[in-house]
Amino acid sequence: MAHVLLFGSLRDLAGWREQIFEGVSDLNGLRSDIARLYPGLAEAISGPGVQVAVDKALVRGNSILSAGAEVAFLPPMSGG
Amino acid sequence: MSVTVQTDVFDAGAALSAFSEGLPDAGGVVSFTGIARNDDGRTQMLELEAYLGFTEPWIEALVEEARARFNLSGAAVIHRVGPILPGEAIVFVATAAAHRRQAFEGADFLMDHLKSRAPFWKKEHGPDGARWIEPRQSDYQDLTRWTADQTPS
Repeated sequence: MAHVLLFGSLRDLAGWREQIFEGVSDLNGLRSDIARLYPGLAEAISGPGVQVAVDKALVRGNSILSAGAEVAFLPPMSGG
Repeated sequence: MSVTVQTDVFDAGAALSAFSEGLPDAGGVVSFTGIARNDDGRTQMLELEAYLGFTEPWIEALVEEARARFNLSGAAVIHRVGPILPGEAIVFVATAAAHRRQAFEGADFLMDHLKSRAPFWKKEHGPDGARWIEPRQSDYQDLTRWTADQTPS
């Protein structure tokens, strides 16, 4: 189970800010589930400049997700 | 060193007074307050989003970098999130150091990095609707001032 958070333009695109995804154990699995349920969002989170944080730490590539992991998709940051 | 990310409006003057107390080693204090522009009516409201628990540690690491690099004896950052109206303060940065140039450069360094790299997402609401804002090229150019061989003289 992963707790997914969306920020900025990704949130507007998806129409939701957070959602629980059951039965995922790694980031690739989560991306597959997102692609099945929300193809437009899946494309956007694979786009340039979108970073991924697992439990508030940036990760690259695949990553094991512990139970209840928080996965945040971060579009290019605008600065303050 | 203190970092605050908050939705509440703040008084930059009061923040500066509070920061300036209890700095026995400081020879100077510099502060900067960023204010939401109206841009001739094009911006009716800014909406700033942060990732709480991620954004604050990022700013804390930046403040620590500034402290070490400019030998600051104190530094404070306050950053608003949520809806912000023209005329309201968005960001407050204060630095203290034994000598003025360190304090000026520390504040400048903090602002250049906050404006271009900090984990915030900014939406501008105007008469024609809302749009997400990305850093301007000039914001990235400002960052190059701080690379090792281009420190401002």
